[in-house]
Amino acid sequence: MPTKPAGTLYRGKTGMWSWVLHRITGVAIFFFLLVHTLDTALVRMSPADYDKVIATYKGAIIGFAELGLVAAILFHALNGIRVTLIDFWSKGTKYQRVMFWIVIALAVILFAGFAPRHIMNVIHDIELGY
Amino acid sequence: MVVIETPRSPRSRKAAKFERWGWLYMRISGMFLLVLIFGHLIINLVMNGGITQISFAFVAGKWADPFWKIWDGLMLWLALIHGTNGMRTIVNDYTERETLRKVLNYTLWVVCASLIILGTLVVTTFDPCVDSSVSHTLSVCK
Repeated sequence: MPTKPAGTLYRGKTGMWSWVLHRITGVAIFFFLLVHTLDTALVRMSPADYDKVIATYKGAIIGFAELGLVAAILFHALNGIRVTLIDFWSKGTKYQRVMFWIVIALAVILFAGFAPRHIMNVIHDIELGY
Repeated sequence: MVVIETPRSPRSRKAAKFERWGWLYMRISGMFLLVLIFGHLIINLVMNGGITQISFAFVAGKWADPFWKIWDGLMLWLALIHGTNGMRTIVNDYTERETLRKVLNYTLWVVCASLIILGTLVVTTFDPCVDSSVSHTLSVCK
């Protein structure tokens, strides 16, 4: 009879979910990076078109999507430190779970600092008619 | 007992070496990207009105200083290789057919190389006065 496997670093619980989140946020950031490299390339070709594209970044839809982008970057960056510590710090595996919650707490705090400010900026620009 | 299938034959020495460098690259570039991208977000998305300040003139102002050209160029190279290598890992994990895996990985590196070449050319050959109808307001173009 199969028995329930003992908890490992990656199976179930925080170890697995941090791995899943790291992948999802990584893929999302990668696709944004492709778009962002292309839109920035417009500064070499047409300043007017660059400003037009940037105007959409200031609009309601992409403006709010940027909140998701920043949240993804915050998690991916902080969890990246955690992953590196697990690999290089002798006590990394022992503290991987508490480090996961530190990552979440720091990401939430930094996001709480960023989000209201960014929302105000986006709303401000919508009022200006972008 | 949970039965784990016998692992397939080990990687070749060359492939193992490549994976080890890839593993190390992700961690080292990650630490650099942490500083570069957080700095990028603070300057472009938080300070001085955040997203509202972004325009061609803003980029021209930043790139008047080689410091920001190097910053953005480094970010471009490190992030694209970091992202492409991450996508490669995901492709290797989830594709079952060898040809599909090769085609996807080949595509990833072609896109990566194209964007690095494009971005590097944009940063190194940037001309703030490229279009007079927009840039006539910039003091450097008068």
